[in-house]
Amino acid sequence: MTAVATRRATARPAGFATDLMSIAGRALRGALREPEAVLPALVIPIFFFAVNVGALENIGPAVGIEDYRAFQLPVAIIFAVTGVNRAQALQQDIVGGYFDRLLIAPVKRSALLLGLLVADFVLVIVLSIPVLVLGAVVGVEYATGAAGLIVFLLIAGLWGIAFNGFSYAIALRTASAGAVGASFILFFPFAFLTTTFVPEDALTGWLATVAVYNPVTYVLAALRSLISEGWDAAALAGGLVAILIVAVVSFTLSTLALRGRISRG
Amino acid sequence: MPAIATQALSRRFGEFTAVDSLDVSVEEGEIYGFLGPNGAGKSTTVRMLVTLLKPTSGDATVAGSSVTDHPGDVRLRIGAALQSTALDPNQTGRELLALQARLYGLGRGRARRRIDELVELVDIGDAVDARISTYSGGMRRRIDLAAALVHSPEILFLDEPTTGLDPLSRARVWEEVRRLNAEAGVTVFLTTQYLEEADRLADRVAIIDRGRIAAEGTPVELKRTVGTDVILVRTPAADDALVRRLQEIPGVDRVDRHGHDLTIAAQDGSRAVGPVAVALHQAGVDVEELVLRTASLDDVFLEVTGTRFASDDEEQES
Repeated sequence: MTAVATRRATARPAGFATDLMSIAGRALRGALREPEAVLPALVIPIFFFAVNVGALENIGPAVGIEDYRAFQLPVAIIFAVTGVNRAQALQQDIVGGYFDRLLIAPVKRSALLLGLLVADFVLVIVLSIPVLVLGAVVGVEYATGAAGLIVFLLIAGLWGIAFNGFSYAIALRTASAGAVGASFILFFPFAFLTTTFVPEDALTGWLATVAVYNPVTYVLAALRSLISEGWDAAALAGGLVAILIVAVVSFTLSTLALRGRISRG
Repeated sequence: MPAIATQALSRRFGEFTAVDSLDVSVEEGEIYGFLGPNGAGKSTTVRMLVTLLKPTSGDATVAGSSVTDHPGDVRLRIGAALQSTALDPNQTGRELLALQARLYGLGRGRARRRIDELVELVDIGDAVDARISTYSGGMRRRIDLAAALVHSPEILFLDEPTTGLDPLSRARVWEEVRRLNAEAGVTVFLTTQYLEEADRLADRVAIIDRGRIAAEGTPVELKRTVGTDVILVRTPAADDALVRRLQEIPGVDRVDRHGHDLTIAAQDGSRAVGPVAVALHQAGVDVEELVLRTASLDDVFLEVTGTRFASDDEEQES
């Protein structure tokens, strides 16, 4: 213990891009070191794909579906990307004091949230790959070709981070591990009160009504159009607008929660 | 210009006033000790000074900038190690320091050199490349201190830096704080509930009680307000009559009573202790304890607040 640096004015704001990439890099590193946090995102979609196809493939023609595997692949991708986030890690940062260390640094406040979303986007794209491989193995082909596959991935990734805004809002608002864990419940109405099993025309009663207002209905329609129909501008626009609406709501909530946490101290 | 100056700094949480019109001035290069028991308002004050918490009223100037109007300027020039070690157990020590360096705008080469310096300064060795989850309590404190120093801050805030540490680790933290102050000229604002820590480390000490400064001065000045020596007597018979009787003894400067405890201040305790013992015997009181020692900040605390520190602090003093 001999070195003490002489005092120098070395600090300066690093800039938004550096802040963003620094926060995202740390979040990705953390995700890689907690494989148990991302394992469900690998297992759940493949499990549901196998169960849904195994149980319901034969009813496909009865509800107007020619290829039930192609119909189920977008559902699997939604299951893979929804709820994959660093909200639990953020909650631990808040409780453990590391979030305070970040707030004392000259970091752009918005980068604290956006950096996590950038990391989530990378993560959900990577986690989608096994599902895409599964699709290829069972013979699902894309009417829109390779470009369609990329758009398919991007739409799925955007949906994933739009949904994550809710989890971050809960983590920032409550700093409660229980509340963050329970935020996964939000996934169920989004994922099941929609065209998960049968097309919209085949839905009846209250479920048909709810599905109209469920943004996932439009995201699934956009994804399915890329596989089955070719480039369908209306379906793609519908999916992107649905994601945009969810993103505006969830990011507003998470931004307000971040501001609230900063002002409460 | 002082390194830190507060002007009627206040913070309320609902009806509770945690910090009440605080006026404090800390000179550049000073180690300033903020001493008080749990709940006295120490951490709330630090959180306002490091821009984590907005004051309800009043303001503070830190490194020449207002914490309310220009918090961004303040952040560039301060470092802080807060009460809970602010670490991410999943990162290695080096990753933690590298991230800090990036957020403070240090280039890669400069960051690498600075991290090497800090690893040596806090004596963390090869463990810097191990995950923080494997660190002991003392190592966590030291890497937390290193993280606060990455950008060579002018002012360092340490919120109870040795709470929960063993005596050896505590002594190492003290040594590092003294070195930073002496060799790099870093101004240190230190909160502590340990009297010994304030006494041994701080150039000046403020005693905070219920959000207000109860006394301020150098440790020597503060102890002088009590007397050079102190005779402590514990007796169930402590009453005003006994206090008056003891006050009449030549060489006794002052006698204070707090419940069963009598604090007798004297310039020369070794001369006064005999007559005190005789007076107690003549008064026929049952003495449970009689101790002669030099005055401590604990005596000052008792003098200005009317209560002694909690038992965990007494442990620290032993």
